[in-house]
Amino acid sequence: MLELKNITKRFGSVLANDQINIKIEKGTIHAIVGENGAGKSTIMRIAYGFYNADSGEILINGNVRDIKTPHDAIALGIGMVHQHFMLVDTMTVVENIVLGKEPGSQTSLDLESAKQKIRKISEEFKLFVNPDAVIETLSVGQEQRVELLKALYRDAQLLILDEPTAVLTPQEVEEFFAILRSMREQGKTIVIITHKLDEVLAISDNVTVMRDGKVVGNVMTKETNAAQLAKMMVGREVLLRVEKPDANVGNSVLKVENLTVINHEQANALKSISLEVKAGEIVGIAGVEGNGQTELIEALSGLTPAANLSGKIVFNGQDITKLNPRKRKEYGIAHIPEDRHKRGLVLEFDLSENSILGVHYRPPAATSLGHVLLNDTAIQQRANQIIKDFDVRPPNSALAAKALSGGNQQKLIIGREFDLQPRLLLVSQPTRGVDIGAIEFIHRKLVELRDAGCAVLLVSAELEEVTALADRLLVLHEGEIAGEVDPKIATTEEIGLLMTGGR
Amino acid sequence: MSDFITLLPILFFTTLRLTTPLLLAALGGLFSERAGVINIALEGLMLSGAFTSAVVTWKTGNPWIGVLCGIGAGVAVAWVYAIFTIKFKADQVVSGTAINILMIGLPGFLSGALFLSSGSTPSIPEQAQMPYFPIIFAFVMVPVTWYVLYKTPFGLRLRAVGENPAAADAAGVSVYRIRYTGVMISGALAAVGGAYLSIGQASLFTRNMTAGRGFIALAALIFGKWRPVQTMLACLFFGFTEALTIQVQGIQFIRWKLFTAILIIIVAVIALFVIQLGKERETSNEKLPLWITATSGFITFLLAAYITKRILGVVREYWFAETGIPIQFIQIIPYVLTIVVLAGFIGASRAPKALGQPYQKER
Amino acid sequence: MIVGDNPIKAYGLLIGSALSYPVGIGYTLFYTTPLIFTGLAVAVAFRCGLLNIGAEGQLYVAAFAATWIGISAAKLPMILLVPIACIFAVLGGAFWGAIPGVLKARFGSHEVINTIMLNFIAISILGYFTQYHYKTPGDPIMQTAPIGANAHIPRLGQFIPGMPEFIPLNFAFILALLACVFVYVFLWKTKFGYEIRATGLNPTAAEYGGIAPRKQIIVAMALSGALAGMVGIHEVLGYRYVYYDNFSANVGFTGIAVALLGRNHPVGVLFAALFFGMLERGGIPVDAFTEKVSKDIVDILKALVILFVAGEAMFQMLFSKLGVMKEQ
Repeated sequence: MLELKNITKRFGSVLANDQINIKIEKGTIHAIVGENGAGKSTIMRIAYGFYNADSGEILINGNVRDIKTPHDAIALGIGMVHQHFMLVDTMTVVENIVLGKEPGSQTSLDLESAKQKIRKISEEFKLFVNPDAVIETLSVGQEQRVELLKALYRDAQLLILDEPTAVLTPQEVEEFFAILRSMREQGKTIVIITHKLDEVLAISDNVTVMRDGKVVGNVMTKETNAAQLAKMMVGREVLLRVEKPDANVGNSVLKVENLTVINHEQANALKSISLEVKAGEIVGIAGVEGNGQTELIEALSGLTPAANLSGKIVFNGQDITKLNPRKRKEYGIAHIPEDRHKRGLVLEFDLSENSILGVHYRPPAATSLGHVLLNDTAIQQRANQIIKDFDVRPPNSALAAKALSGGNQQKLIIGREFDLQPRLLLVSQPTRGVDIGAIEFIHRKLVELRDAGCAVLLVSAELEEVTALADRLLVLHEGEIAGEVDPKIATTEEIGLLMTGGR
Repeated sequence: MSDFITLLPILFFTTLRLTTPLLLAALGGLFSERAGVINIALEGLMLSGAFTSAVVTWKTGNPWIGVLCGIGAGVAVAWVYAIFTIKFKADQVVSGTAINILMIGLPGFLSGALFLSSGSTPSIPEQAQMPYFPIIFAFVMVPVTWYVLYKTPFGLRLRAVGENPAAADAAGVSVYRIRYTGVMISGALAAVGGAYLSIGQASLFTRNMTAGRGFIALAALIFGKWRPVQTMLACLFFGFTEALTIQVQGIQFIRWKLFTAILIIIVAVIALFVIQLGKERETSNEKLPLWITATSGFITFLLAAYITKRILGVVREYWFAETGIPIQFIQIIPYVLTIVVLAGFIGASRAPKALGQPYQKER
Repeated sequence: MIVGDNPIKAYGLLIGSALSYPVGIGYTLFYTTPLIFTGLAVAVAFRCGLLNIGAEGQLYVAAFAATWIGISAAKLPMILLVPIACIFAVLGGAFWGAIPGVLKARFGSHEVINTIMLNFIAISILGYFTQYHYKTPGDPIMQTAPIGANAHIPRLGQFIPGMPEFIPLNFAFILALLACVFVYVFLWKTKFGYEIRATGLNPTAAEYGGIAPRKQIIVAMALSGALAGMVGIHEVLGYRYVYYDNFSANVGFTGIAVALLGRNHPVGVLFAALFFGMLERGGIPVDAFTEKVSKDIVDILKALVILFVAGEAMFQMLFSKLGVMKEQ
């Protein structure tokens, strides 16, 4: 039904899609897999008209079509549900659905007829939402339904879904797959972009594997398995488990007692949490994003305003609940933030300047004149050392941080924090958007730090990563600790159950 | 107090006259900002309309042609502003400031070239002035704006573009085109506001004759939470304070009682808005039942009046006992008010989410 | 050209009068000095992500502060009075600049509108003080009484051979050059400057790095106001010796153009200020000796400069289009 022929697309110096050829059969569920940065989102966005290819052709049902804008794609029956929902929070469900294809005339909006059509589609595909609800009030699962309704409202025959299960619990994923299967039965064609191999095997009919902007394989799902797909995705044998020695656990370093945090919507993001991390162990926090992980790390690192917080945080026997981030760092608490672009780096600063972020006010960065003047030579030296020890490429401290790839940026941040020789490391989503070579390096370094006696609190949405690295695993659900498991023996089903609040 | 009561009818009409340019500029700003483009250039857009309509009206003797040309100028300048901020993604605040500076100098320059004058245009005879139409037009535009914003597809798309341009783009809406349109509408409306100043109120154009009104309009827009009716109320409020200022202009030092009365009213109205703000919820066009607003407003008014009287009594003891307040302190009231309003309301106000961020598309 | 006068004659007048020695250059540098101060002021604020349109108000407050102490403490010896008056000017500007800083830090209200409002307020209130408290009775001009002779700072004409004394270029120019050096060292070589720059580029990351963005906003605005305030030293202590109502020829707004053209860097600001100083100086004869071109052309040039520098993406686009055309 949809054929992409020799599509090539460049973004500046990056070749995102290199001569891509994909054939998608009508009435099938077709998965496109690859790592972060493989180019899978890009190619589908080209099919949707969100981007324009530099060269190549798009064929719909055998005819070459010119798709320049999403408007064109929609007219041809292509709908797309993006990874980050494209919804206007302050408007209602029906307003969001009709945006761009409003019923009525230029001078008068007719929302009633739209609501009728929506009700019909909801019945047909079992996607129930209240059309008058404001998006802000909906849950993530409901928002996803709105996105699907948006595409179906425009009579989409081909639906492209970009990482649809990233925000769902394992149980919600099952419900979602049921909806997909019923759509397939109704004759719709579905393309699902994902990097989760088990889901690909569960739901798809065909798989296209992409790597580094190229297609490396087109197979039928029933003729392949996870190991084969992983190998194609990565290009070599992949270590699905991290090798690590047993933990040598020492004294309690961090103790959290009845921590409650309210977020900016005045809701309880964390509800009276208590946990403990000891020296020499990695405690992992698993859970679907948005269940309080961000708030937990921010509270521990001192970034939460005191008014939003109650409870006690004890570090090496001292109550640090009221301390600001600077003081906490001085005490020996390091933090690798979950969003390196927003929190971790000043992208316009060069690597030297970024390397002192957090320690810029004391030696060795600031030395002369009563700790006011910056010591450029010392800063440079330290930066170069970090670059060397943590394999940051290209190894030039005068480069602006934004010139580096995600993986190298992350390595710089990690190097910077490790250089403090911390007693406690708070780390969140350490390998998000990082290529596989850097992932292995980062994992190794984390284990090294643990073995040197540091206490590590690791938050990750990647279940594989957190089960591989953690010595103890806690599951966070709706601001509470749903349970603790031993990562070596717990199964995905067990953990998934805890992630949804079951016990 | 008695002289204050006799002032009331004059005050009412003066308020309407002074509100008009603010209202037009603020409504213009609404179209631009709801689409996500900050419009600091309202001042400059007003000046462009003021200048052009003054010149054309003088030349042709017909104020309607003058206003139309003024609108044309406003749209043209707005279009330039739009190109720089939308297409070239220049910082909106900086570009807006540039337009304002340009409109201080350019009319003067053209004036010198055309009339060999130092910045003013020649006077327009009385029959060529337009004192009433713009007032009506301004207030009619309020329900029109409301309707367009909430009841037409264009309005829906405009609001979407201002909140989440990526979502609008993914839905097939042309973000650029909507933003251009919004900015140009703001140019048109602000220009009418400026035109009113030069050919409606005065009879000529003088350098920088808007004197900060474009910024006050912006403050009113924020005060009015980017909604048509509330913006109108905010503009009326500012217009009223300015009217008070003008009424006492001839006098060097004003009587204590008059000043007290002025202050009481101002404080009361601010308090009113604060209360209403605290109670209102943030959905698209919800309104509170009238009786709640009225009673809480009345109570607030009494409370505010009492408190103000006490404070002023204290102040009076220590300073200004014999003479009264100097005129300059009254003159600054609109400006101080703007600061207070901004400080008090910006936090509670919910701006269009994408306001101020150029939309970057990697086609 | 558009207007009818001979363009060559106009530009010739402009450049010639700006660079002639000694009178031309003297006046050019005289006009450049306040622009260096306001340019630096706006640049420092920009580095913290703030747009300071209030340099006008800040320099008025500073000038008045210097005038006040110059009149009130006229009896003090020069060696004390001059530095004290300078300090008053700087503090006055810093105070007026800190107000919008605090408003932004505490309430989040935008500094653009607040600074503009404060400009109007400053002129009004200072006008009141001038008119009713500090004017020489009987003086028709709206200005204060003169400051004591001990508060005057020397004209540079005394020290430069060949430069007549009547040129108002004064010691403040040296202070302006020193200010450039100070700003450079402050922003790039001290931890305070690091914190300001980090806050301007990425306040969330700055917060993570233990910096308090709110504090930086206030510090940056105060520093910005202080720099703008030094114009007061130039005007009052070095030139007019009185506070003259509305003395500034929109120096604060031109400072924005200077900062933008100078890419918010002290060296750039210096050259940009020189450029505008030349325009200012050259504009006078252009205005006087041509029929139709007026001084407003300088304002227009200013605005165009800001617009084009702000829209630098435009240049990128132009260049890439040119590149495409070449390939075809």
